[in-house]
Amino acid sequence: MDGVLLARIQFAFTVGFHFIFPPTTFGLTLVILIVESLYLRTKSTIYKSLSDFLVKILALVFVLGTATGIVMEFSFGNNWAEYSRFVGDIFGAPLAAEGVFAFFLESVFLGVLVFGRERVSQGVYWLSSFLVFFGAHLSGLWIIIANSWMQTPAGFKIEGGRAVLTDFWRAAFNASTVERYVHTVVGGWITGTLLVAGIAAWYLLRRRDGEYARPLLRIATVCFIATALLQFATGHASSVQVAKTQPEKMAAFEALWKTQKGAPLPLFGIPDEKAEKTHFLIEIPKLLSFLVYGDFSAEMKGLKDFPEEERPPVLLSFASYHIMFFLGAWFALLSLVGLYLLMRKRLFETRWYLYGLLFSVPLPYLANEFGWIAAEVGRQPWAVYHVMKTSEAVSRVVPAGQIVFSLAVFALIYTLLFVVFLKILFRIVRKGPAQVPAPGY
Amino acid sequence: MEWLQIVWFFLIVLLLAGYSILDGFDLGVGVLFPYLSRTDGDRRVLFNAIGPFWDGNEVWLITAGGALFAAFPPVYATVFSGFYLALMLVLFALIFRAVSLEFWSHDPRRRVIWNWAFVLGSFLPALLYGVALGNLIQGIPLDIRRDFSGDFFTLLRPFPLACGVLGLAAFALQGGTFTALKSEGDLRERARSAILFAGWVFLVLLLSTLVLGVVAVPDAADRPLIWLFAAGTLILWHLTLRATRRGQDGRAFLLSSFVHIGLWALVATVMFPVLVRALGDPDLSLTVFNASSSRLTLTVMLGIALVGMPLVVGYTIFAYRVFRGKVKPGIN
Repeated sequence: MDGVLLARIQFAFTVGFHFIFPPTTFGLTLVILIVESLYLRTKSTIYKSLSDFLVKILALVFVLGTATGIVMEFSFGNNWAEYSRFVGDIFGAPLAAEGVFAFFLESVFLGVLVFGRERVSQGVYWLSSFLVFFGAHLSGLWIIIANSWMQTPAGFKIEGGRAVLTDFWRAAFNASTVERYVHTVVGGWITGTLLVAGIAAWYLLRRRDGEYARPLLRIATVCFIATALLQFATGHASSVQVAKTQPEKMAAFEALWKTQKGAPLPLFGIPDEKAEKTHFLIEIPKLLSFLVYGDFSAEMKGLKDFPEEERPPVLLSFASYHIMFFLGAWFALLSLVGLYLLMRKRLFETRWYLYGLLFSVPLPYLANEFGWIAAEVGRQPWAVYHVMKTSEAVSRVVPAGQIVFSLAVFALIYTLLFVVFLKILFRIVRKGPAQVPAPGY
Repeated sequence: MEWLQIVWFFLIVLLLAGYSILDGFDLGVGVLFPYLSRTDGDRRVLFNAIGPFWDGNEVWLITAGGALFAAFPPVYATVFSGFYLALMLVLFALIFRAVSLEFWSHDPRRRVIWNWAFVLGSFLPALLYGVALGNLIQGIPLDIRRDFSGDFFTLLRPFPLACGVLGLAAFALQGGTFTALKSEGDLRERARSAILFAGWVFLVLLLSTLVLGVVAVPDAADRPLIWLFAAGTLILWHLTLRATRRGQDGRAFLLSSFVHIGLWALVATVMFPVLVRALGDPDLSLTVFNASSSRLTLTVMLGIALVGMPLVVGYTIFAYRVFRGKVKPGIN
């Protein structure tokens, strides 16, 4: 197998695994901040125990995120040395800024959250929960800035065979940064709040810890309802942005082969790249043009108008994008039902809905992963869109054998970590919020 | 332009020095762990002593890596692709180390495994950092495109290996003085004897590394500052051990941190302005002048550092004050 493909598999595998944890952190820190705020206002020990309980889970999620995140920072130099040389003038700064502005903040104040309950005042503890929330989200911003620059590069020129920064703010807040950041963060909120809602639902289903589970379920469900509905707006904005800035990516998402006025929105199909058509197609006429341009007869560019060697892989882009979309629709449905039950005050007793929440916990993770796959596969064959090909980005001196070896070890270690992570997560949940041990190992 | 490139050389050295002082003490606790801890009670004290800090400490490495990528991309590219296997070992070790404390606490049936994951996860990076640095100091073979042209065994020459073990001893010194500061009773006594042992190992290695270094790096001996910093480090080493013998734990930890600064001053002196020395053809060496980012990027980065780092130092001091004092067994 060639080195480029191996390096891509390794990068995809290590990012894909890492991307389980940061979105969880977004949602978890949001719920913790809300619970801490309620504790600050009501002084009810129920909220204190709930916060301590969630902080235990956050600590676990956070170490996995740190452990797998450091791999990502090294990987650009390890596997993508040519990329690093070419874009370092622009791409390194957001990674450094993430450390300076965000990751320090998040780590130091997470230390206060996990170990400091008895050592700082309630106000300082609340502030720490806010700073961890803030740090996590700021950290995500810098990473999305770096990634968005690969999608819609701006604020640079090519000089002496490398990309050179000409305008920092244009590079940082390029055409896709804001839409992609908001969409990713809301995805994280859905992930973390549904995780918490699922845990609370489990307690109610097991008829235990009701006095903790009910307030927790209410908080998490309200957040979930709001974010799952909000995600439709951010997803829409993100798609419109893709259609306008990366038309071949949108064409691959929707398997749009021919340039046409009044492009249809496909709901299902199996794109065939050789035949340049989609089998078993079910589509809604003219809707895609309307969604993107607000005009049922607007023209949209099809894949055939792009040179064959510059088209993204259509089947994978199409499938990932649509799976993400249908998962999003499922979350919206779940949240509308939840809203109805909440208003009828039947949320805590409706057991089939509690089961629905519980079994939906893994789904946002899939939605995150597929959304990310769609975004990155849809960018191919480019590492930096229309600037640098992925095949030119790889390290020249790393032998394929060493990539295979490290990939095998990563697969082994990550499988082990994931199994132990789940075991410990279940263990913390089984113990429950009523008897959270004192801070410390 | 020139002054910016020079400033960034020293800022990266500063970030690495910050890393070796701060993460140095929790790495050092890991290196000395089998000797220091006799019971799960000891282990819990040690874990709780480093618990609130280790994660933030590791961010110094992440930030230094990001800063190197941003300020000197070709250096980042050459070193990280050239030292591929060695850095993979560091990564695997850091992954296990990061999860080991949490897993140890929540997974009592497999404590022995997580225990050793912590020890090996600390030992390997503590050793390999010095080996990597020693290679950059002595020089590595580079091809015309400034890619590394040696193999894994090129990295295992005497001088880099000596640097590796010297680093290990320096981390042990840091871990020992931190443990003495945070613990009581038998644990503290063991920490103090570990400091004295690591201290003597450190002395032997510092002297032999200096001798090997003068041979390995031809013009090193011509830089008078080297002898000044070497003498300064030796004095600090002596004061660290003296403070330990006198039971002044806080002072010993502070002095040991200054030993690390002394070592980094030595590294900076012998390297400047080179970042990656090319063996054979010095024209191929990557220096602050031929391997830096543009003036605009270095300026933006300097702004980020000047705004961000004082804040980081400020709230880091706050956190260390929150958790000051001895760690009591049983409770935190």
